[in-house]
Amino acid sequence: MNDTLFKYLIQLGDNSLILGHRLSELCGHGPILEVDMALTNIALDLMGQARNYYQYAAEIEGKGRTEDDLAMLRDAREYRNCLLVEQANEDFAYTITRQFFFDAFHLPLMEAMKGSNDERLSAIAHKSYKEVSYHYRYSSEWMKRLGDGTEESHSRIQDAVDDLWMYIGELCEVSDVDQAAIDAGLGVDLNAIRQTVEQNIKEVLKEATIQIPEISFKQSGGKSGIHTEQLGFILAELQWMQRAYPNMEW
Amino acid sequence: MTITKDYIYELLEQVPDPEVPVLSILDLGIVRDVVFNDELVEVIITPTYTGCPAMDMISVNIKALLQENGIESKITLVLSPAWTTDWLTEAGKRKLKEYGIAPPVAKTTDKLSLTGEAKLVSCPICDSNDTQMISQFGSTACKSLYKCNDCLEPFDYFKCH
Ligand SMILES: [Zn+2]
Repeated sequence: MNDTLFKYLIQLGDNSLILGHRLSELCGHGPILEVDMALTNIALDLMGQARNYYQYAAEIEGKGRTEDDLAMLRDAREYRNCLLVEQANEDFAYTITRQFFFDAFHLPLMEAMKGSNDERLSAIAHKSYKEVSYHYRYSSEWMKRLGDGTEESHSRIQDAVDDLWMYIGELCEVSDVDQAAIDAGLGVDLNAIRQTVEQNIKEVLKEATIQIPEISFKQSGGKSGIHTEQLGFILAELQWMQRAYPNMEW
Repeated sequence: MTITKDYIYELLEQVPDPEVPVLSILDLGIVRDVVFNDELVEVIITPTYTGCPAMDMISVNIKALLQENGIESKITLVLSPAWTTDWLTEAGKRKLKEYGIAPPVAKTTDKLSLTGEAKLVSCPICDSNDTQMISQFGSTACKSLYKCNDCLEPFDYFKCH
């Protein structure tokens, strides 16, 4: 088995799965109907992407595990998503800020991944890129509306940006898995897209009249399996059915 | 009887898109090829959207229809090249409009979008060009929600992809 490819797929799949799960928590609970539909549409795209990654990972592993086993039956330390995506929905400002930070990274990531020397990974990137460009447009527009909106919306989005700022450094952090994937020509060189990510974020915040936080402290660990307590709660909800009734199916 | 590719395509014309049933999967442009392998007919399809829940149903429906006609088949899903709304057939676009869904307009970006240039989506009911986007994301992954400022009807727009 190609160990590097497997781990790289898990890292990609976990980001999409966990963020998709967070957004799906809002199904039926969005602040207005249109937002509810938009967030669940984005959740659906992310779940579809996660399936592409896990299906591929399960195939190359060849141990009989399925996409569902990979998504549902690992322990917290085996998940490799960034800390940002597991953070709670809190209010709409947090949900949108988390989405915007991730999209600002996800879009250049998918663009660069189109050039992967792994054909299937490149195909997934071509497909996902189109979807993520809609996500990015959606979340950046809401950043501007809220930031340049009322006093209330401005202060709440500013709070969300201040609180989530420490998680964005991890997005472009090159993990051992990333490095191995870069060396093999299949993964994206995160150092090469970092500037675009930062520029995406800065431009939108500026237009949204949101202050860029003066915080240099960076929180990371998710990519090596060290998570915030948030992930435990997510997995409890995601996994309890399979843990309580192993192998149950609809 | 020899089973020809044309015959298979004729049958596939009867398989509807579960979410927009006026469109067949051929109108939608998701059938990439039909290949004959010994006993099995392989139908190669590509998803519209990654998370589109209709894909599983479409696969099952193709298999069932071919089986009813005595043909054993295998459905293969390919991601590359990625599906685009350019593959919607002209007949497909016409059927969409008759069904009340505005077909995709080239050169994406939406009129009411904060960023990006204006795009003209005409109302499928009264043909007015005075329309506005209500929501970029609609009832399914492939649609946005619009409103006509003339006849005041809300309508779905099959978005460019
Ligand atoms: Zn009208």
